[in-house]
Amino acid sequence: MTMLMSDRRQQPLGTTAFMMRRLHLDGALLTGIICILSIGLAALYSAVGQNAGLLVGQLIRISAALTAMLIMAQVSPSWLRRAAPWIFATGLSLLVLVLVTGDVGKGAQRWLNFGIRFQPSEIMKLGLPMMLAWQLHDRPLPPSLGLIVVSLIIIFVPVGLIAVQPDLGTAILIVLSGATVIFLAGIGASYIVGAITTALISMPLLWYFVMHDYQKSRVLMLLNPDNDPLGAGYHIIQSKIAIGSGGLFGKGWLNGSQGQLEFLPERSTDFIFAVIGEEFGLMGALVILLVYLCIVGRGLFIAAVAQDTFSRLLAGSISLTFFFYVFVNTSMVTGLLPVVGVPLPLVSAGGTSMVTLLAGFGILMSIHTHRKLLAR
Amino acid sequence: MLTTNRLKDHWAEQQIFLRRVIACTILMISLIIIVLVRLGQLQIIEYEYFSAQSQGNRIRIQPLAPTRGLIYDRNGTVLAENLSSYQLELTPEQVPDMTETLDRLALFGLIDTENIDSIKALIRQHRRFDSIPIRLRLTDVEVAKFAIERPRFPGVDIHARLARNYPYGTAIAHALGYVSGINAADMQTIDKTDYAGTSLIGKISLERRYEQELHGNVGHEEVLVNARGRIMQGLNAELATPGKDLILTLDIESQLAAHQALAGRRGAVVAIDPKTGEVLVFASEPSFDPNAISIGMSRKEYRALQENPDLPLFNRALQGTYPPGSTIKPIIALAALHYDTIDSEQSLFCGGEYLLPGSSHRYRDWKQGGHGLMNLHTAIEQSCDVYFYQLARELGIDRIESFLKRFGLGGEIGIDIAGEKDGLVPGRDWKRRAFSKREDKIWFPGETVITGIGQGYLLVTPLQLAHATATIANRGQRYQPTLLRGYSDSTSTAVEFKQHIPLDSVGIINDGQWEQIISAMNAVMQGEHGTARAVGADAPFTMAGKSGTAQVFTVAQDQEYDTEEIAERMRDHALFVAFAPLEDPQIAVAVIVENGESGSGTAAPIARIVIDKYLRDLL
Repeated sequence: MTMLMSDRRQQPLGTTAFMMRRLHLDGALLTGIICILSIGLAALYSAVGQNAGLLVGQLIRISAALTAMLIMAQVSPSWLRRAAPWIFATGLSLLVLVLVTGDVGKGAQRWLNFGIRFQPSEIMKLGLPMMLAWQLHDRPLPPSLGLIVVSLIIIFVPVGLIAVQPDLGTAILIVLSGATVIFLAGIGASYIVGAITTALISMPLLWYFVMHDYQKSRVLMLLNPDNDPLGAGYHIIQSKIAIGSGGLFGKGWLNGSQGQLEFLPERSTDFIFAVIGEEFGLMGALVILLVYLCIVGRGLFIAAVAQDTFSRLLAGSISLTFFFYVFVNTSMVTGLLPVVGVPLPLVSAGGTSMVTLLAGFGILMSIHTHRKLLAR
Repeated sequence: MLTTNRLKDHWAEQQIFLRRVIACTILMISLIIIVLVRLGQLQIIEYEYFSAQSQGNRIRIQPLAPTRGLIYDRNGTVLAENLSSYQLELTPEQVPDMTETLDRLALFGLIDTENIDSIKALIRQHRRFDSIPIRLRLTDVEVAKFAIERPRFPGVDIHARLARNYPYGTAIAHALGYVSGINAADMQTIDKTDYAGTSLIGKISLERRYEQELHGNVGHEEVLVNARGRIMQGLNAELATPGKDLILTLDIESQLAAHQALAGRRGAVVAIDPKTGEVLVFASEPSFDPNAISIGMSRKEYRALQENPDLPLFNRALQGTYPPGSTIKPIIALAALHYDTIDSEQSLFCGGEYLLPGSSHRYRDWKQGGHGLMNLHTAIEQSCDVYFYQLARELGIDRIESFLKRFGLGGEIGIDIAGEKDGLVPGRDWKRRAFSKREDKIWFPGETVITGIGQGYLLVTPLQLAHATATIANRGQRYQPTLLRGYSDSTSTAVEFKQHIPLDSVGIINDGQWEQIISAMNAVMQGEHGTARAVGADAPFTMAGKSGTAQVFTVAQDQEYDTEEIAERMRDHALFVAFAPLEDPQIAVAVIVENGESGSGTAAPIARIVIDKYLRDLL
């Protein structure tokens, strides 16, 4: 931890470190990311039944995502700040477009097809915190009530568009990414208490008026998975068996019977944490969770030493949202939260989320490596 | 100027930010501890339990498909049943290479190469661990062939399932519809859990309309499987609830009679019980074999059906629209009595043609030289066109339009299968909307005149015509036509009957007017000069009817009508409507034979056969 937290810029630069600096990369963050990616590839190889072809697909996505990270690391935070409202506006227009024309995949309308299919909600995962950070960066903080109201509107317009697609998992993550910006900006404790109270009150309203039947069934199922053993309850039952049977040290790589014998559904995507739990046991799960925490910790450190409000808020939000990914996915796979379709970041196969995540880390690296030396 | 704006204090902001980051860190560590505690609970405390679950023989949950409800006719004859058969099923997550597997199955002739794309689409719609039927009803030879090759096809297996069988095949296909494999489009509309294990779904007509009732509810059982995924033993089971049996209003004997009478022709027969709206016969020819479609045709076979010029897939009884010809005359006559535009006793001379004042266009009567002196009764009996030209002119199109609509013409009546056509009752408003050129938007008097004999724009479906005839038979009280009499539960013998639904009555209170028209229709079949006396004279019961011949193509002025020269498809459509017995109507029939030429010659005998068959107990 201390190594991760220390700032290497004061040390003499080796060749690698010099290259890293020229490329605006952050060594500590990159080490953590590569650790996770490696564990992920090992788990994925096992989950897809040692099918090298599927692994190659994941490697291609990883390469694309790393390229996105490299590119984002070159973009200076001040440029990003000026672009923020435009990125947000583009994301918003695409979200409207997807509702009008989008492809329907698995009963939900989330995709746009411009030669390659992609989900505009991915843009919002970075676009929304950027917009909020831009909006708050030259105002006196903690934000005034008016500013908070404006921020809430900025959050709930895109979130509303995503929630009607319907894509509850992404909507929740985007609300969280926005909420962290406001929280880090320092809003008063009374507002926080108010927000939590409102959320608790609105839950029954959401339940009766907003949530789709399949979303309700997921929540009900969490309370009693045996009620629907053929449908979505099957996921939770099999996932718990996989993790539980892994024990303290696991069944060993490629030896997890739940995964290998294909009892575990979605084992290469949303439920890959169960494969890790089965094959590497509690120890394996502990290791990967610690690496995740280190990455988040480094991200928060970058936020803490950032030199302007925009960078600080954005870096903080990206790091905390990354944590929420990990928490929501692991709690869903262990049956603590309903199945909302959030992948395990940097590990689950497929999706455009890998690119967005690493682009986010690219921004973190950019924020850290573009700092100017200030006279104290 | 007073400013209340606070200034940005970077130092303070950073302090707040740091405090917030520390708060977040504490929260995150707590959340991770929660996850770790949960993992500890699952992996240490409950390890024994989950380990046992995952070890050795494993429990897999299998859906138990409900048995599809049977379909009976009104007298309890089985029209659709379930027979045991073998089908090919595939579990995607156990298949190493989908494309290669499907290609090889096609090579063995077990699936059709042309169907591979649709099978792939179907697979994408299912969960990876579902067993998906990709080929229904294998023959014994195919089962044997696959059994030998089975080890080379991991993830593909043969299962014994119930397949649908229609003992009466083509005779009743348009009314029953058929079931067929669930395709990607169906997957969008159904509850996937409820259909886990079900491979068939109703596609058209009654099988589709009552899909929910017929399907039932899925059950499930826990089974022990070995390490290869083969089922070793069944454990707990929650049985499926079978679908309800349907009891139809159809009378299969009359239906078969209609089917045979129409054989080799294009046409439709619809018969309705006037007092309830129950549909007794619903036949459309040519037809198709629902058993063949149910098994799964190749695209080529299906395309051949679609492209057949006789349109065997077209449900003429429901969707065919035809000019009613003279079968409309009883209703036009009733309109004239209702609006009091004629004196039914007063005679009119028919000289074989009719001229509108100020026009040279001659409207011909079907009988060259004319009928001579005609009153309302004889004009219906002998189907005098000139009399009805005059009647229509005096009524005017507005009154004709609204009166025809009271009989349910020009719109859906609401039978319980989907796809009804509206037909067309023309009028001034309709013409304004339907035509684009200004000069075509006007309603011409000549168009009123030909509407009076059921020609021109007027179009009806066989179902509408039967419904209108039933309405006459029932003296104006209408009932919504239905094919479903009730449900029966396979667990008990009790039948749950459906209520008959009365529709708006035609609204003629004067019974004398009904009797006048019905007596004239009786004369058509059983009178001295009736156009269909050859068909009705020897009937052991009283019956009423009306023939109709609808022009498919217009004979130019001054030209003789020569049957020989007119291609078969240009010949007139033959129509006939009838009901019996007069005093206690039990059946009303409409018959349409495309290009049948003569209503009384071709269609009327078919109507008689159907009525005879239905009233067989009276004979």
